[in-house]
Amino acid sequence: MGMTVTEKILARHAGLETVAPGQIINATIDVALGNDITAPIAIDEFRKNGGKRVFDRSKIVLVPDHFTPNKDIQSARQCQILRKFAKEQNLVYYFDQGTVGIEHALLPEQGIVVPGDVVIGADSHTCTYGALGAFATGVGSTDLAYAMMTGEAWFRVPETIRFVYKGTLPPWVDGKDLILFTIGDIGVEGARYKAMEFAGEVISELSMAARFSMANMAIEAGAKNGIFVPDDTTLAYVEERKTRDFMVYHSDPDAAFAEIREYDVSSLELQVAFPSLPSNVRGISDVGTVPIDQVVIGSCTNGRIEDLRTAARILKGGTVAPHVRLIIIPATPTVYKQALEEGLLTIFIESNAVISPPTCGPCLGGHMGILAPGERAVATTNRNFVGRMGDPQSEVYLAGVAVAAASALLGKIGGPKDL
Amino acid sequence: MKFKGRAWRFGTNIDTDAIIPARYLNTSDPDELAKHCMEDADPGFVTAMKPGDIIVADSNFGCGSSREHAPIAIKAAGVSCVIARSFARIFYRNAFNMGLPIFECGDAVDGISEGDTIEVDAATGEMLNVTSQRKFRAHPIPPFMQELIASGGLMKYAQMRRLQRD
Repeated sequence: MGMTVTEKILARHAGLETVAPGQIINATIDVALGNDITAPIAIDEFRKNGGKRVFDRSKIVLVPDHFTPNKDIQSARQCQILRKFAKEQNLVYYFDQGTVGIEHALLPEQGIVVPGDVVIGADSHTCTYGALGAFATGVGSTDLAYAMMTGEAWFRVPETIRFVYKGTLPPWVDGKDLILFTIGDIGVEGARYKAMEFAGEVISELSMAARFSMANMAIEAGAKNGIFVPDDTTLAYVEERKTRDFMVYHSDPDAAFAEIREYDVSSLELQVAFPSLPSNVRGISDVGTVPIDQVVIGSCTNGRIEDLRTAARILKGGTVAPHVRLIIIPATPTVYKQALEEGLLTIFIESNAVISPPTCGPCLGGHMGILAPGERAVATTNRNFVGRMGDPQSEVYLAGVAVAAASALLGKIGGPKDL
Repeated sequence: MKFKGRAWRFGTNIDTDAIIPARYLNTSDPDELAKHCMEDADPGFVTAMKPGDIIVADSNFGCGSSREHAPIAIKAAGVSCVIARSFARIFYRNAFNMGLPIFECGDAVDGISEGDTIEVDAATGEMLNVTSQRKFRAHPIPPFMQELIASGGLMKYAQMRRLQRD
């Protein structure tokens, strides 16, 4: 029996010839990640349990990106814990003000994660790196503490659902629409404990940014990981930034999948997830009239340069609708600089958008754009749970960049065709 | 270990933002987190619940973020255990790693109403609804997870393994 790409990576890191779904394994870790919310607990656990030195100072990565630039004294104290620990442990990959970006955009961009890796992160959207052909999954702070000490993590080998996308994508429809549509189809626990493997002719046409968007939201279907087999697009992206050698794994033709789902996306519409679940998805033509107060373009889902270019194409020459706030968050300093050099920031400022420093900020209701009771936002982020972006009485509608930018100009949810 | 307490019913897809909203994540102090446990699902929960009470939820409990603050808040609030039809995977993993007892049992979810008194035997997974006198049994816990619990959580397990290696 053949193995899936996920099974092969896990087998290799567990020192085993083969693994099968359901098996519990101990795997070595290539990268273990923490942020300003999750790492303080991990560092505390590490110390309480006799930790002196992390197992490998180049494999523990700390990125204070959630409540930074420090939003209040408490947050500043959390970041201080990371800063001191990074210094004490002489960590190779610690990012702070000016170099810090949103972790799941930053690590691939800096070549810290490469294909074939096993990555754990004390952040649920760690699954983003599956776009590179790595096994990457979110864990808690205790798992991070354990990895800091041992360089290992335990896993139950997941079954894999294979998603095959066929046809040709219509204009403006992107990776975000594909993943929202897929989550709408299978539900928020449709892939619970499982791997989502994305394949098909449509995938090979997608940019890396679109693939990151898709892998990023695998967790919103309950999945353990989302994964793409690397192709020429992946290799071109990785070769120019890799910090290590890498391995490319493929799923065997006779690999066992729990399920294979095929979609013809040739007539797929732009997608919008209504409150308060990412699976509550409608096509743009079924949205109706939904007036909005705020638009957020950014996050680990959609804050990459390709996303900002799409936003600029729509916003160019336009003005954000009266009484609507548009917040644009370049995901990393590199993205920010690129957007500056390409003139995108000028377009944003001229449209009356506000540009935020790289941060998770409003996505999780931290800062930089919190909603008041009764307010509605369209966001290119990944969650629309109750209270996610602010007051529990506020609402978040998830969409891709095209819908978000068009909605900012319209003052209500709509797509580029409505402009 | 046995738990006895009143049941607090919650629905499907109770996410980690409902369990502990991110606006309180600028600290990891368990007592601070406990004050806001389940706040966006039931704002009155923390003041009304008593130590030992039990959360009974439908499917996909704990979906969303990886924040260990969620099981920490529940444990620090004094909740003895959580029974659900199913748990989201990171929450499931975190609960075992940090020592919050959780039980998967659809029958119990169907057979427990808000306010019922429940007894749970953590070792056997047997549950008794004292109010209705109905009995349930949780899905068995995988052997590796039992080992984690027996060691006292993941970090203690790590120490044990290190001692064995040395």
